[in-house]
Formats: sequence, structure tokens, C-alpha cells
Amino acid sequence: MTASRDLSVPGGLTFRGLTLGYARHPAVHHLDGTIAPGSLTAVVGPNGAGKSTLLKGIMGEIRPLEGEVSRSGLARQDIAYLPQAAEVDRSFPIGVFDLVAMGLWRRVGPWRSLKAHRPAVEAALAAVGLTGFERRPIGTLSGGQLRRALFARVLLQDARVILLDEPFAAIDARTTDELLGLVHGWHAEGRTVVAVLHDLDQVARHFPSTLLLAREKVAWGATPEVLTADNLRRARRLCEAWDEDAPVCRAPVAHPHDEAGHGHAPHAPAPQDHSIHDHSTRDHPTHGHAA
Amino acid sequence: MIDLLTAPFLEFAFMRRALAGCVALSVGAAPVGVFLTLRRMSLMSEAMSHAILPGAAVGFLWAGLSLPAMTLGGLVAGLAVALLSGFIARSTVLREDASLAAFYLMSLAAGVLLISARGSSIDLLHILFGTVLALDDDALVLLGGIATVTLATLAIAYRPLVMECVDPLFLRSVGRASGPVHYCFLALVVLNLVGGFAALGTLLAVGLMLLPAISARFWALDLTGLMPAAVILALAASVAGLLVSYYASLPTGPAIVLAAGLLYVVSMLLGPRGGLVWRLIPARHLEA
Repeated sequence: MTASRDLSVPGGLTFRGLTLGYARHPAVHHLDGTIAPGSLTAVVGPNGAGKSTLLKGIMGEIRPLEGEVSRSGLARQDIAYLPQAAEVDRSFPIGVFDLVAMGLWRRVGPWRSLKAHRPAVEAALAAVGLTGFERRPIGTLSGGQLRRALFARVLLQDARVILLDEPFAAIDARTTDELLGLVHGWHAEGRTVVAVLHDLDQVARHFPSTLLLAREKVAWGATPEVLTADNLRRARRLCEAWDEDAPVCRAPVAHPHDEAGHGHAPHAPAPQDHSIHDHSTRDHPTHGHAA
Repeated sequence: MIDLLTAPFLEFAFMRRALAGCVALSVGAAPVGVFLTLRRMSLMSEAMSHAILPGAAVGFLWAGLSLPAMTLGGLVAGLAVALLSGFIARSTVLREDASLAAFYLMSLAAGVLLISARGSSIDLLHILFGTVLALDDDALVLLGGIATVTLATLAIAYRPLVMECVDPLFLRSVGRASGPVHYCFLALVVLNLVGGFAALGTLLAVGLMLLPAISARFWALDLTGLMPAAVILALAASVAGLLVSYYASLPTGPAIVLAAGLLYVVSMLLGPRGGLVWRLIPARHLEA
């Protein structure tokens, strides 16, 4: 176990007072903690809890309203991301092979030949059960098949950190099991995997650590300790509402660096919304469980 | 018969020049048009072609009806509008089409105002509809240069450009190529519109860019087929338009664009990839 003060883990992802949101309304509110390198973490929570927003924040796709994500020692290409609703233009006339081969960008760039990597692409397709689909236009794939193709692309990216946003939505049970096998493979190879999931049984069976999010961090640590009935009830209670007239958050501004040695979340709850700021008993997230 | 097709070009230098200009335009603009249609930016390019007008107008005010001055002005204005609207789309809630619409309306109004203030309505007609039969050496060099730059850039940026079209979020997530590729593509569009402006005028500049590209969808399935198909259709439309305008004494620019339009209708009806006529022939479904 690492305390949250141990902040500069190379290859890890550290959140310091991270607040992410849209038009000043926070979707993730004052999140502190570290995703240790090599960990396998599930992010769970009700709809509107900020799970996808958190992944986008880690990617740098949206900028924090406050606080920061530090990706020490990680370049942009070291993080692979499977978005929930991929922006893939399915009407574009391109085959499955070419779509999946995009995952090789880091190695082939704009000009180098794909020829040497053909076996790797075929292996990735085989791993997601799409052998024989190489020349199929992506417009003819079903939703689940496209999802599997995108999974194969992530596989080829060979990234140290892999972010999956509801990776198994719209995928049948057998394929889900196969893809979970891939996830465990990544974990065994020492890659950091963060997955947004809804199936709590799946989380309990396959993911050693869990972040329960409901805009605030409700609990973060070993999965059996996080997924308690009490925690889940509290997560459900935290509202999804977008309050147009929400008051300005009165928590002191988190300065990216000077809070480093501070154990507590830099956060003084405003009196009127005390129940929302009902912090978990553990302010120090626990992580770094080896599987 | 063959004589009918070749005689005008053998006999008259201005027809040969027009043909050379149209060939250059077809080779460069048609592939750009393929990407435009695939990115659902067809109407955007139309808007952008109007954005060229105030720049051309300033060139006109400064140097009269001189192609180099008007081209340079158009290039500057087009690039400025493309970059500005691209920047605004990337950093505000406005989508690219909306921000571009705002810019092109302002540009078109400013352009017409500038030309009307100084020139005659004949000048305005020249600028709006082009002068393909009066291409001088400078104009031909310009059109050839644009085609060369276009093909070279497409070859160099092909892979990231395709990625940017298919999955821009992914390209952003793996590197910094997304922004440069996007602007590079916009620059190519402007460059080819300026070329089209020289030959066909601002109103029809997109004609040879878009119509063949749209028609190509009925002839080919993937990019490697679409681009050659679009180029061939553009060349056919150019030759047909030039000949028709020669024999029937019709304005050349509109004749070329109408020829491309006719090819579009034919493709839509008879094209092997989803042409309307093929729907009339019943075919049983396959086993798998």
C-alpha cells in the first residue's frame, strides 16, 4: 500500500484536487489519489457520476477546471483510450484491417510501411475474434463487432496505460470473457488498466481495486472493501442534478504542487451541502495491490 | 467524328490552354473533393469558395483585372477565413460549418461591395464566372503548380488525413498530428478553390471539385478507387464542357460544370455501386 503522499510514482496517474466539468459545473469534484502503475482498477458509479469525464481528463481531452492530473513519465502515446462512444465515422470507406492498423501509429507513423506489421494486426484481430474480417468495410460491422475492432486497435497500441470506457457494452457474453482475458493479460504484463464498468459482479470477480465515484470520490481501494452496500447506497444518494444556480464552490483553490505533502483532501465542505461532501472514512486512497 | 473531338484543340491555342488548365484543375481538385465529401464538408467548401471573393476584390481594386493579383488576394482571404473558422470551431461551442457560414457571408458581401464600388458589372461577371478561355501563361503555371502541390501533399499526409477523417478523437489521442493535418487539408481546399476561381470563377469554383467526387461514389467502393474515378470523371467533364461550349458558343465555365452535373446524373442512375437503375432489377439475397 502506498499513501497518497507518495505522489511521484513514475508511470502512475496522480490526481491532485482534480475538478473536471463542463461550463464550470463539476462532473468530477476535488478528486485526490493515485492510480499506481501496473494496477487494474475499475471505476464504478451511477450515471452522471463523472466516470467518462475522469477518463477524458486523464487523456487530456478536457482540461481540468481546477487541480491537475500528473502523468509522470508518461508521454501522450503511452496512454491508450477506448472511448464509450467512439467518434468513428462508419460511413467512411475503409476496411477493418486499416481501422485496426491505426493502432500501430506510434511505430509506423505517417510513412513507414505496414507490411512488416501485418501478422501483428492479424493476431490482434484473431484475439478479438474478427479473423476473416480484414477486408470488410467498417460500415458493415455490427455495433459489437466494431467495438471488438476498436479493442483490437487498443491491443496494437501497446500502451503502458489503457483506459477503457464501458468496454463490454453491446458485447455478447462469450466475447466479453475473451476480452476480459485480454485485460488480465495486460495486467500480467504490468500495464496499468482503468476501466469504467457497470456490472458489479464482473468488477468483483476481475478487478482487484475499485474507485466508486459519484462526482466526489465515495470510496477507493480494494474492491471488496469499496463495493459495500453502505458505499453503494451513498453513491446512489449523491444527486446527478445539474443545478443551474449552484453556488460557487467554496473549497480553497487546490494549488497543483503545494498540497503534495498534505494528507487530506484540500476541501472544506460548504455548510449547505454537507451530505454531498460526506467523505469516506478513508481519505487516503489505497492502491497498488498486486493481483 | 474524331476530328470533331480534336479539331478545336488542334486549331486554336486558347482551346489547348483551356484544356491544359482544366486537366491540371481536375487532377488536383477531384481528389481533394473526394476527401471533402467523405468528411461531409461539401457545402463547407462551397461556403469557402465565397470567402475568396473579398481577397480577389482587393487584388482587383489594386491591380485591375489581373489574375496574379486577384489570385494572391483570394489565397490570402481564403486561408484567413479557413484558419479563423477552424480555430473558432476548435476552441468554442460553434461547429465548423456554423463558424464558416458566418465568415463566408461577411466575405461574400464585402467582396461584391468592393467590386461594385469600383468596377463595372462586366468585371463582376468575370470574377463570378471565370475566364477559362483566356488563361495566360501565368495562370497555367499557377494551375499546374497547385495540382503538383496538392498531389504531393496528399501523398505525404495521406495516412494521418484518413485517420483524421475516420476517427479524429483517436488521432488526437495518439499524437499531435490532428491539428496540423486538419489545417493542411483546409489549405489544400483553399488552394484548389483559388485554382478553380481562376478558371471557373468564384461561383463555380467548387464545381470541378465536388461533382466528380460525388459521382465517384457510384463507381468505386474505397479511397483507392474513388480518387482515380473522380479524376477521370473531372477530365471527361472538362473535355465535354469545352467542346460543347466551342460548338454551341456557350459560356465555358458553366458548360464544364453542367457536363460534370450530367455525369453525376448518369452515375447516379447507372453507377454499379448503388445506382438507381440497379435497384429495379430484382436480385435474391445471398446465403450469408
